[in-house]
Amino acid sequence: MDFTEYFTQVFNDYTLRTITLGTAILGAISGMLGSFAVLRKQSLLGDAISHASLPGIALAFLLTGIKSTDVLLAGALISGLIGTYWIRGIVKNTHLKSDTALGLILSVFFGAGILLLTFIQKMPDANQAGLDTYLFGQAATLVESDVWLMSLVTGVSLFLVMLFWKEFKLNLFDADFAHSLGFNTKFLDLLISSLIVIAIVLGLQTVGVILMSAMLLAPAAAARQWTHKLGAMVILSGIFGALSGIVGTAFSASGDNLSTGPVIVLVAACFVLLSFIFAPGRGLLFRELRYRKNRNDLEMNKTLAFMYNIAKGHENISHPHSVRILNNFRGYTRKSLKKLIDKEYIRVYNNMWSLTDKGFRQAVNMYNQSEDSYE
Amino acid sequence: MSSAQIEIQLIATLVAVACAIPGTFLVLRKMAMISDAISHSILPGLVVGFFLTQDLNSPLLILLAAASGLITVILVEFIQKTGLVKEDTAIGLVFPVLFSIGVILIAKNANDVHLDIDAVLLGEIAFAPFDRILIDGMDYGPKSLWVIGSILLLTIILLLLYFKELKLSTFDEQLATTLGFSPVIIHYGLMSVASVTTVGAFDAVGAVLVVALMIAPAATAYLLTTDLKKMLVLAVLFGCAGAIGGYWLAHYLDASIAGSITTVLGAFFLLAYLFAPGRGMLSVSYKQKRQEKEVHLLTFLLHLQNHEETSERHIKHLNEHINWHRVKARSVVNLALKNNMIVIEDGVISLTPKGSEFTRQAIEFIMSGKSSAIEEMKKKFFLFRG
Repeated sequence: MDFTEYFTQVFNDYTLRTITLGTAILGAISGMLGSFAVLRKQSLLGDAISHASLPGIALAFLLTGIKSTDVLLAGALISGLIGTYWIRGIVKNTHLKSDTALGLILSVFFGAGILLLTFIQKMPDANQAGLDTYLFGQAATLVESDVWLMSLVTGVSLFLVMLFWKEFKLNLFDADFAHSLGFNTKFLDLLISSLIVIAIVLGLQTVGVILMSAMLLAPAAAARQWTHKLGAMVILSGIFGALSGIVGTAFSASGDNLSTGPVIVLVAACFVLLSFIFAPGRGLLFRELRYRKNRNDLEMNKTLAFMYNIAKGHENISHPHSVRILNNFRGYTRKSLKKLIDKEYIRVYNNMWSLTDKGFRQAVNMYNQSEDSYE
Repeated sequence: MSSAQIEIQLIATLVAVACAIPGTFLVLRKMAMISDAISHSILPGLVVGFFLTQDLNSPLLILLAAASGLITVILVEFIQKTGLVKEDTAIGLVFPVLFSIGVILIAKNANDVHLDIDAVLLGEIAFAPFDRILIDGMDYGPKSLWVIGSILLLTIILLLLYFKELKLSTFDEQLATTLGFSPVIIHYGLMSVASVTTVGAFDAVGAVLVVALMIAPAATAYLLTTDLKKMLVLAVLFGCAGAIGGYWLAHYLDASIAGSITTVLGAFFLLAYLFAPGRGMLSVSYKQKRQEKEVHLLTFLLHLQNHEETSERHIKHLNEHINWHRVKARSVVNLALKNNMIVIEDGVISLTPKGSEFTRQAIEFIMSGKSSAIEEMKKKFFLFRG
């Protein structure tokens, strides 16, 4: 199936439409909430939570015997929340650092989940097939009711984020200040963490326990490079997330044997890579260009200063000097000389250079500035 | 016990020990999550290695996979150095990408690669005894026993050779640099050992659970001691106990061995988290309660010292004057009485000479900003603690 075929199919084929819609909504919500996780420096919390939700899925099935998405996700939510609060408890109450707490809860909960899953698999009459799709996720299992559930949760989360926007923003950037103004920072922390846990749990079915954290991080990390404003970042991150979902689904539907989760993650990673390189301001490309320009300017100014020091000893500042004496000076390059000529700071004639009035004034100014800055 | 059972337990124990040693240093260096990243991102290296060798136990495959673990570390550090995102975000970005590439490589070549993604992720130690080394018809034991055994031996040799350097660079990187050790070499050395161990262990316990074997014993040990050598020994012991206990739990439940080893290790941590002397939750909350009561005691004594008039010092007026509940007031008064700091005559409380001396010294320490010295002083004055 090629791409044009794919796009006609999206509008006609029920399954494909459901899956595309589902991954798009998932990308959008996890991208938006992921912005908060990234800015709170809790990027890896998502990884820990998604792993920690596995025993909940297994236990929910073990206790109820029902394999419906809602029940399993409720179990995942509970065990994800327990994991989150235990991580906080460890960091708060012991001298263990957050990375240890995260790694510990992540692996131990995951291990317990595996234990339960294998235990269930060996039970004689359990219809357990399909539980292990939660490891890697299987977008193909999405049905319309799942998409409705996703839309509902996304709508509620969006509403809450907008309702508490000001408070979240303040708490994010200056928690102490928010606390001193009388905001209930504990409640705000709890609310935003719970929303993040919910977003992660929603994604388990589609991209799975192991890759869900990337859905949270990658769009936010990409969006962060384009803007310094929280609002813009959240919106952009949502868009990146949704696009990753749509494009990823398209790729995996058009190639054979490509599981959706990993493809979506790779598409999101491409967004990150492009943003790292091409984002204006922060991006690596523009930063390199800026460095180069600064370096050239610095070399030019150094050369001008050297010339000024020679010229100021003469009565006539425009007295010509040999270009050769510049060779003793390390900052001198042909490029900076050419730049000085272009800016009409110097004139070069017969391999002799002389300062212009303009160049002299510029050099004097430069000195004044640098002396000012030392004071 | 059959010989296969003994072999499985032996392999599990060796894996646990081999993981616990680098794990201890990872926990101390606040790099626990790096092990998570490494364990996921060895996957593409593994797949490529498997293409070339068709043997999960081949040394070339182990080296290739370990190299892709090291690439993760380097990539994370590179991204972090650009300053575009924080370190944790860099970790969280790199490993899912490499893992995804691995998963796609496996799926794309499902027909050529007899590599089960579940096996990579979860491991199947139960099958380890079936893959044996046979030379000239002689049986030299399971292959993975040899693999993990040599990795463990290497780890122990490196640990003994570079213990001093590791210790110094873990606790004081600047001093290590000034003394001429290169923290960079030690850092990458440790990362290489962690990568190789992860690869060696993955086929026994799976990629994710290696993380548990590295972190959980070390974290449990760290709750019990702050001495590096003791911590190493404890971590190794917890690892062994978890491996053997986990095996029998799995045997009993007929479930995944790796999963139950992890669960047992988690249970160890939970026990230490709750009951560790000095650092566990129980002992911390006990200490906090005691501290609180002793602060109340001091406030109470100060109140007594400040008021000459009997009306302020009457036992009936305590709740009124310092606003305490009856129960709390009684426990504080009892503590003061037991320590001979007050006497009660006709319902009026007065300080004893010892009580006023304690209060005087306490005020002095508080005024001079040396509040922590009060803890020392308490030991001198208190017969009974709160």
